[in-house]
Amino acid sequence: MELESEKQEFTITAYTENHVGLLHRITIIFTKRKINLESLTTSESEMEGIHRFTIAVTETEETVRKVVKQLEKQVEVLKADYYKKKEVVQQELALYKIPTESLTNGLEVERIVREHSARFLTIEKDFVVIEKAGYRRETKALFDELKPYGINEFVRSGRIAVSRQEYGIGKLVEKVLAGETA
Amino acid sequence: MATVETPDKIESIKTSTTERISGAEAVVRILIEEGVDLVFGYPGGAIMPVYDALYDHQDHVQHVLARHEQGATHAAQGYARVSGKVGVCLATSGPGATNLITGIADAQIDSTPMVCITGQVPSSLLGSDAFQETDIIGISMPVTKWNFQVTKAEEIPNALAKAFFIARSGRPGPVLVDITKDAQFNELDFDYKKCTNVRSYIPRPALDIEKVKEAAELINSAKRPYILFGQGVILANAEAEFKEFIEKTGIPSAWTIMGLSALETDHPLNVGMLGMHGNYGPNLLTNECDVLIAIGMRFDDRVTGNLSKYAKQAKVIHLEIDPAEINKNVPADIPVLGDAKESLTELIKYVNPASHHDWLQKFRDCDALEHEKVIQDELHPKTEILSMGEVIRIINDKTGGDAVLVTDVGQHQMVACRYTKFTKSKSNITSGGLGTMGFGLPAALGAQLGAPNRTVICVVGDGGFQMTLQEMATIHQTGAKVKVLLLNNEFLGMVRQWQQLFFDKRYSSTIMENPNFQALAAGFYIKTNKVTVREKLEAAVEEFINYDGSYFLEVMVGKENNVFPMVPSGSGVAEIRLE
Repeated sequence: MELESEKQEFTITAYTENHVGLLHRITIIFTKRKINLESLTTSESEMEGIHRFTIAVTETEETVRKVVKQLEKQVEVLKADYYKKKEVVQQELALYKIPTESLTNGLEVERIVREHSARFLTIEKDFVVIEKAGYRRETKALFDELKPYGINEFVRSGRIAVSRQEYGIGKLVEKVLAGETA
Repeated sequence: MATVETPDKIESIKTSTTERISGAEAVVRILIEEGVDLVFGYPGGAIMPVYDALYDHQDHVQHVLARHEQGATHAAQGYARVSGKVGVCLATSGPGATNLITGIADAQIDSTPMVCITGQVPSSLLGSDAFQETDIIGISMPVTKWNFQVTKAEEIPNALAKAFFIARSGRPGPVLVDITKDAQFNELDFDYKKCTNVRSYIPRPALDIEKVKEAAELINSAKRPYILFGQGVILANAEAEFKEFIEKTGIPSAWTIMGLSALETDHPLNVGMLGMHGNYGPNLLTNECDVLIAIGMRFDDRVTGNLSKYAKQAKVIHLEIDPAEINKNVPADIPVLGDAKESLTELIKYVNPASHHDWLQKFRDCDALEHEKVIQDELHPKTEILSMGEVIRIINDKTGGDAVLVTDVGQHQMVACRYTKFTKSKSNITSGGLGTMGFGLPAALGAQLGAPNRTVICVVGDGGFQMTLQEMATIHQTGAKVKVLLLNNEFLGMVRQWQQLFFDKRYSSTIMENPNFQALAAGFYIKTNKVTVREKLEAAVEEFINYDGSYFLEVMVGKENNVFPMVPSGSGVAEIRLE
């Protein structure tokens, strides 16, 4: 199979045991190859007791494929795979803290928030917190629009993604757990 | 995000067989249960409870007191490689633990089964920068197959059971279990069951018989098939199957340095050594074969040279246990995942008997040329200057190829591996992947203790020897009959060779002003001899081999001799230089 040789966005998914230290073991696989992790998220998976790493990188497919094999080689990793941009449904979550006074000087901010399908999480005396879920470009677009009103604090989560298949690699993980591995 | 692993996989239901003992006592009982009768280590504060427990079990577990923890790791590696068993190391926290790292990294890259047990500060002090506290779990993670920190006595059986299972199963490797001092002191209800399965870990991928058939079909149609074999053959105990396979198919077979001794040197299909200082034919003809069959080897860059000029004409079949090695360096047209013994057993059934006389003759022709240009002069020098090769030639004459060869790293390693004769497997012990100077002497000690009835010859250079020579004291204390052959050229020879060939003879920091090695060896109460002229060499080697005890033989060899052939760094295998 021919691999595309230029760097592109990939999402790597790994189903793992939930053990102390595994995060380090996972990240050093990237460090060893000097690959920048754009984001890394861990959470529970659909299976009880099984954790899931979602890692965003921009790399060549060949490198990503080798890294995935190295991930899977780790004793406590059940299964790992990678996806191209179009093979996943992905989201990030962003929080924007802006001064409350920016709302009192007109309806502009409320319009922006509405148009971006964002929402107010909390409105305090001095600040409000706006939440927006979406693609990177969408959270970035809202950032750019809010910037003139003063952003006191901004944070964006790592990418989370599920595959655009009926099942992801979870079915394979079940096989590993059942000892039916090929 | 994570929780502490609990000992849930092994039934912790208390039965009548449980007994209330300390964590330290449990560690030693587990060693005995796992068949460990020899451990290498160095005591210190945080591991003292385990050493105290060892004191009660000296009849079952012998402890070898190395003189540096690095020495303990290499000794454990030598022991593991010669015996096929797991090597075990003990060390204390902090510097004791960090001193293990070189040996662990070496074991990782050379797939050596090893269990390292380190003491750690009490769990209440973790993270407080306590005396001799270091994050050995974090430090060792990149170089271990698996590691785990135990902070409760009751975690010990499960952690060590997993450690032994993971170290020896699948593609073997080093594991480290760090045990806090309180976990060693505290008591647990002891009931040990060996681990036979870790649910997230597949040691041996299931063999795909369709791939085996595809491989056989390609082999059957090949005109110039060529086999490269590595340590996977030895680790799978597949030497007999391997031999049957090559004899049935008549395919010329070359070895990586880690595969050396899996096939006897004199076998007609053994065409020699691969790689940078390997034989001429095996390198050159890599680029002329039509089917390349790699068995239990990983296409290290020292084997392949420049990948863009490597075997581009060939279809590649790769028999390999580790899925991460498939397509890592050289793309495989037909990957056959699995244990080498299982894969070869099946493959033999589907391949046709064949012979490849003309193709094999090409290797013979290359041999003749290499013999004329390199080997003849190395084994029978025309000048007065002694060569490393002639010393090895005489050793072969005296041992008949029956000895275990342990080498350090450098020119002597390449010469010894190129010219030593082998008749038995698991007889070549060297630092292949990591190239660890200082490996040889302690590894030879471990090898001798792992194969007490065999002659163990440790070939070292004057550079590497000085990195771990304190283990001469361990050799003396254990009475291990290690034969140490120092090939002294008063240089860091391999670096000097590169400086000569690629850095305009600018000998930057490679000249060694050495100590009096004879006095040094004598200071360790080891019998010594030194040879500077050819007339004395044969008799000296004979005494060296036949002496009933450890022996240190120093031979002064040519200061500026080079190892050839050579595939220069960055060149393709076919650009191998004979001079």
